[in-house]
Amino acid sequence: MSRSDVLVDADWVEAHASDPGVVLVEVDEDTSAYDKGHIRNAVKIDWKADLQDPVRRDFVDKAGFEALLSERGISNDDTVVLYGGNNNWFAAYAYWYFRLYGHRGVKLLDGGRKKWELESRELVTDVPQRAKTSYQAREQDSSIRAFRDEVISAIGEDNLVDVRSPDEFSGRLLAPAHLPQEQAQRGGHIPTAKNIPWSKAAEEDGTFRSDDALRTLYGDAGVDYSRDTIAYCRIGERSAHTWFVLHELLGQPNVKNYDGSWTEYGSLVGVPIEVGDGK
Amino acid sequence: MSADGCGAPAGGAPVSAATDAGTQAVVQGRVTQNGAAVPVGYARLLNAGGEFVAEVPLGADGGFRFFAAPGSWTLRVLAPGNVRAERTVSADTGKITELEVAV
Repeated sequence: MSRSDVLVDADWVEAHASDPGVVLVEVDEDTSAYDKGHIRNAVKIDWKADLQDPVRRDFVDKAGFEALLSERGISNDDTVVLYGGNNNWFAAYAYWYFRLYGHRGVKLLDGGRKKWELESRELVTDVPQRAKTSYQAREQDSSIRAFRDEVISAIGEDNLVDVRSPDEFSGRLLAPAHLPQEQAQRGGHIPTAKNIPWSKAAEEDGTFRSDDALRTLYGDAGVDYSRDTIAYCRIGERSAHTWFVLHELLGQPNVKNYDGSWTEYGSLVGVPIEVGDGK
Repeated sequence: MSADGCGAPAGGAPVSAATDAGTQAVVQGRVTQNGAAVPVGYARLLNAGGEFVAEVPLGADGGFRFFAAPGSWTLRVLAPGNVRAERTVSADTGKITELEVAV
């Protein structure tokens, strides 16, 4: 796996957005962004309405994922190029999700919607019509998804990477600072976790930093590359961004995203919590 | 904007009562160029150490809003055409701090 296998830039998208076998997908939480303007030929996926189970806290199941991709006109052999707002958080989450259900040809637009907008590239409101497909997903790949018991077992054993901001890590804030701060869970972080905010992996324009800079970043912050790694944040999308960096860009084996993240862990009864800045 | 998500809606999430920050330390404002709103761009909140904390896309009216903690912050604006602007701002619990950023 190398950078060119998993990332494309804006020029590539402009040249290939109409190619057969290439499907552009904008993924956002606030899908009004897509409705106001998106890259030509892009279809949309709503992070919540399309990817989350409407009742339980979990993903849509395999049949639900198959129905979603079939309805959006995405085939098993298509190369799916994902992009979105929030520095590609939700696009990275969808990337992880596509991998979880076994889709092979998936890439991220480096810099996502932000870099595209800052470069004043074309955005359109036309919604492409794609013929329905019969998408076949695989069973979930449990090698890239962590659950709470594994996280507790990893304390003091494996790399735990908390990718939230330092203020969330220490317990001073319970959510990112663009959101209100009333939350049910306790503040703090999982003991022994290293705080390496997702934002340190990205340049100001939303692109990923170089492989060398990324390897140095995580190594210097205490990630032991010979051990397994679990990344978490508040709900699992910022940590999907870091999962992408460690697993897809740096090629680390055994990296999992804990999508339960702090909203689950910080609400569990009896588990250890550490507060304050990192040690 | 769903309460269980983490995304940043354009302009920032709403304050429940526009005139009352409640228990929040709100930093909000508007980005303008020659008196007109800048509707495409990003507002980034950095902490006192210069570290990135949060970012929202500007609203159609050039607006942005953050729910910070009490203390000193830096607001950085990015807009097309390599436009960059920065302001320092102090936030307090129960207070809405307003900023007008002309770029």
